[in-house]
Amino acid sequence: MSLLEVKNLHASVAGKEILKGITLTLEPGSVHAIMGPNGTGKSTLSNVIAGREGYEVTKGEVLLDGKDVLAMEADERARAGIFLAFQYPVEIPGVTTSAFLKTALNAKRRAAGQPEIDAMEFLKLVKAKTAVLGMPYDMIKRALNVGFSGGEKKRAEVLQMTMLEPRVAILDETDSGLDIDALKVVSEGVNSLRSPDRAFLVITHYQRLLDYIVPDYVHVLANGRVVASGGKELALQLEAEGYAKYLNTAA
Amino acid sequence: MVATRETAAAVRDVEQYKYGFVTDIESDKAPKGLSEDIIRFISAKKNEPEWMLEWRLKAYRYWLTLADEEPTWAKLHFPKIDYQASYYYAAPKREKLASLDEVDPKLLETYKKLGIPLLEQQMLAGVAVDAVFDSVSVATTYKKKLEEMGVIFMPISEALQKHPELVKKYLGSVVPYSDNFYATLNCAVFTDGSFVYIPKGLRCPMELSTYFRINEKNTGQFERTLIIADEGSYVSYLEGCTAPQRDENQLHAAVVELIALDDAEIKYSTVQNWYPGDADGKGGIFNFVTKRGACRGKNSKIMWTQVETGSSITWKYPSCILQGDNSVGEFYSVAITNNRQQADTGTKMIHLGKGTRSKIISKGISAGRADNTYRGLVRMGPKADGARNYTQCDSLLIGDKCGAHTVPYIESRNPTATTEHEATTSKISDDQLFYCLQRGMKQEEAVSLIVNGFCKEVLQTLPMEFAVEAQKLVGISLEGSVG
Repeated sequence: MSLLEVKNLHASVAGKEILKGITLTLEPGSVHAIMGPNGTGKSTLSNVIAGREGYEVTKGEVLLDGKDVLAMEADERARAGIFLAFQYPVEIPGVTTSAFLKTALNAKRRAAGQPEIDAMEFLKLVKAKTAVLGMPYDMIKRALNVGFSGGEKKRAEVLQMTMLEPRVAILDETDSGLDIDALKVVSEGVNSLRSPDRAFLVITHYQRLLDYIVPDYVHVLANGRVVASGGKELALQLEAEGYAKYLNTAA
Repeated sequence: MVATRETAAAVRDVEQYKYGFVTDIESDKAPKGLSEDIIRFISAKKNEPEWMLEWRLKAYRYWLTLADEEPTWAKLHFPKIDYQASYYYAAPKREKLASLDEVDPKLLETYKKLGIPLLEQQMLAGVAVDAVFDSVSVATTYKKKLEEMGVIFMPISEALQKHPELVKKYLGSVVPYSDNFYATLNCAVFTDGSFVYIPKGLRCPMELSTYFRINEKNTGQFERTLIIADEGSYVSYLEGCTAPQRDENQLHAAVVELIALDDAEIKYSTVQNWYPGDADGKGGIFNFVTKRGACRGKNSKIMWTQVETGSSITWKYPSCILQGDNSVGEFYSVAITNNRQQADTGTKMIHLGKGTRSKIISKGISAGRADNTYRGLVRMGPKADGARNYTQCDSLLIGDKCGAHTVPYIESRNPTATTEHEATTSKISDDQLFYCLQRGMKQEEAVSLIVNGFCKEVLQTLPMEFAVEAQKLVGISLEGSVG
């Protein structure tokens, strides 16, 4: 069975149709990249899959392990294994990264019928994960995303992903606002999570990220539709030629 | 027969004269309403010294002159209270319940969420318990230890018998009988409360808690607390309970007085979770409290921390009179109002001595149709050279039908004194909520986490044992406030 299936998905915001029939199939272990110019629905797609309010799905299906994702609340989707790495992670003043992680982790464990993680075990786990990601351990003592640099915010997203071990991870423009060093660190983190039973949907505007997170498939999104699909070479082609020709065909 | 009847009538007359109603001193009940006779009855029941009765009567007579001066300046709306409709001594108790099975399941759910042990649940819910508590024996052991160190910690009625000179010296010295409508009423009719005296130079090694008195009689709605920290001593006192408490009395008017002498420090922490009323605000407690501390000695310090989540009406301004040179007053407050609750709370920092410092951190959270007002006064007296105040008032709104108000009063009569005031108002954003949901948290969990973060600065000043429960309480108080 496919891990995540998006079938003929239509969605609109405030009455305006943004997604006009998207179909994607993510097999376990695969990495799919979604590329496209600004304003074509890339972020809408990730928000609709994650269950953000304000989007109306007018047609189509999203299935995770064959289960109807659209029937679930946002938090249920997350506990079922859908993770969204945000383009703009929000600040949560007064809540340490550590407290946030622990709350999220325990929410997932409770849903799975597991006991809550005890404090010592948790700290051990975070220590190990931050070390793998090459992150300073002290970062978890700071309020989540408050005063974080762009790189730190994205690293915090990857840390959360590492802790929560999702089935499907959606990376929404994770490369935006990152310098090359931060990009490498973040990509290494993502790559370390690649596994045969997990799938990634990497949304990006630029090919650059895909030098580090090498996709199995590349899809071009334009005007709310997938207008081209191919292997990783498609990304390079886009880098050389730009999106113009797809915009024209879609129009 | 005629003679006997006459004698009986005469005796009745005498008794009526004495107490205004037919009863005897052995009775546990006094009729409804307030009169000098009721006050005499309360005082006699407690075998109080004559001066105490006189003071009560003085307060009562003064209170009568205040009949038209019930404070109306707070941003609170409630029907006029009929003071003659209350019991001022030994209100009739509800029947004890036979077991927890008879308790409102919603209440039990809350206890469970707070992680309150079963025996305590039974006590709080008013279930008759005949087992001997471990906590009681533990408390007794501690009490003995404290006694050996010279700490006096007992009900104020007992202190009036055993240490009348201390009570007489300090009672009413911070909150005089003429202070305000509710405090004056309390002076006249208070039934019990705590008395604490920490001897010179002693750092009280444990948190003193009203919890120690949990097995003792309900002190009723007019509680009176007096805490004295002698020179160079330190004490941390915890009042209240995170568990929702059942109470038959709607009106509460407590008075707390703190006195810190030279180099002494008092830390007073409160968690108030009286019944807030139903979703429409019906049946909740009216809480009119006067709390004030006097930093009487040089370098003394008083720190108030309060977490106010209960009551339908909260009227409360724990204050510091910074009399001693270089004394310090601090006020940390979290006030949460949900549904139809109303809170008008804050502090007064009265700087009298040189080099006095004060800090005010107030976090108001408003949800539902609730109103939450911070009202605070910072006054710099003419002799308060170099005094400093820092005030920070943050309000958080949940939903669009609630209100947050900040009313700071700053009066400075000394050009060398400085005051700083910062205020913010914010809302829990949809982005923050979605972010938390996307990490698998339930809506209520997310709100609790965000609000706890907002209050962190205050909650972390609570003693450890209180802080954990308070965090949970913050979440529980806001249940149903979103979505």
